Amino acid sequence: MSLSELKGWKNIPIGGVINDAGNSEKYETGSWRTFRPVWDPGKCIHCLQCWIYCPDSAIQVADGKITGINLYHCKGCGLCATECPDKVKAIKMVEEASFE
Amino acid sequence: MRKKVAMTGNIAVANAMRQINPDVCAAYPITPSTEIMQQFATFKSNGKVDTELVTVESEHSAMSACIGAAAAGGRVMTATSANGLALMWEMLYIASGNRVPIVMTVVNRALSAPINIHADHSDSMGARDSGWIQIYCENAQETYDSLIQATRISEAKNVRLPVMVCMDGFIISHSIENIELFEDEEVKRFIGEYIPLYPLLDTKNPVTYGPLDLQDYYSEHKRQQDEAMFHAGDVILRTGEAFEKFSGRGYGYFETHCMEDAEIAVLALGSAAGTVRTVVNELRGKGVMAGSIKLRVFRPFPAKELADAISHLKALAVLDRCDSFGAFGGPVFSEVRSCLYDRPVRPHVTSYIYGLGGRDLGLDKVQEVFNDLKRIVDTGHVDKLATFLTVRE
Repeated sequence: MSLSELKGWKNIPIGGVINDAGNSEKYETGSWRTFRPVWDPGKCIHCLQCWIYCPDSAIQVADGKITGINLYHCKGCGLCATECPDKVKAIKMVEEASFE
Repeated sequence: MRKKVAMTGNIAVANAMRQINPDVCAAYPITPSTEIMQQFATFKSNGKVDTELVTVESEHSAMSACIGAAAAGGRVMTATSANGLALMWEMLYIASGNRVPIVMTVVNRALSAPINIHADHSDSMGARDSGWIQIYCENAQETYDSLIQATRISEAKNVRLPVMVCMDGFIISHSIENIELFEDEEVKRFIGEYIPLYPLLDTKNPVTYGPLDLQDYYSEHKRQQDEAMFHAGDVILRTGEAFEKFSGRGYGYFETHCMEDAEIAVLALGSAAGTVRTVVNELRGKGVMAGSIKLRVFRPFPAKELADAISHLKALAVLDRCDSFGAFGGPVFSEVRSCLYDRPVRPHVTSYIYGLGGRDLGLDKVQEVFNDLKRIVDTGHVDKLATFLTVRE
């Protein structure tokens, strides 16, 4: 979003207060990413270690199974790839530029 | 019944705090402001206030606790001096940036080094850009009165800024004056009930204070602070008028003495204003067209109103009780002189640094300043723009 599309000083709460609880969901932290986690469903054993460690709650899970990674919020920190057990290694960090 | 009671400036402040009865006070002792919290703690232990008194391990923690309590929705007060204020520095900006109302008495004292416990304005003048409203008081009555007004100013819906009420260390804080104390109920009515904005304790409407604010919104929040200071100017005047109806003592941005037809004048803040006024009266007795201005509100700076009051002069001296090292005169001088720049007719304006570390300002020294002003008017020439007034050569 360009700066000119954002609200002006008269239309935002004073003091930087956030008065809309839980609105971090709307904040695209995915644009900070330089490495993208690439998940291989064929290798994944659904141990959920990545889900536990992800600081952005970006690992998507349904019925106890991993279904994908939310790239709108994933900052690309790589914790999921590190925590994925050595014998599994179902997540690889790939340079974002290679996807262009 | 209102009573007149002899007490020190510090005890007058503690009484204002007792009558305001804030929800939270977090403070750390430092000379010469210690007596305020000492007396207030006595009020607390005698059951005279409902305040949660938080004794902390430093002034940084004191201001941090005040900010937290104010964000929670409480009415909050504290007091400090000199190095204590300096240790709060980081948190001063966080208080004003978070837009939480806090009223703090600053008992003005020189900053170390060399170590000195006596009055000058180097502490609060250094905090002039911290986003706090600053009110300077000449005596204990003004300080007591200003604290009661400051509570209303700080909490006004279109202001929501912290306020420093400043008085000169020892000269005011430890001198005994006759103070008119209001009845507790009167003060309670004047300040009214505090309605916090975005209180953290309102768990049905959860909010976040102090989140990351980057290139996208930081400028907008700073612009809001500037606007709040603009509104504070108006609220200060309206509160001063309301206070006059209530007490008989009116307060504005500044107070003038013999200024209507004055040709030369001296501007000062705080306790020095009385000394200047005495010299003006002596000079008037000798037919000298002298006048004086006591600047009460330094933040927001009343640029237009002040320029209207002084532009007709031929020469003006501005007394600063601190130096701005490397500048060309004291901080009050720079702003007073600057507010005159766009006036087609304006006086010569000179700077005097005086009273550092509690050095006394005698009548003879103020007389010297007026002599300098007379010479400037006679010759049309300023020999020296900035002078150290009370110093040995």
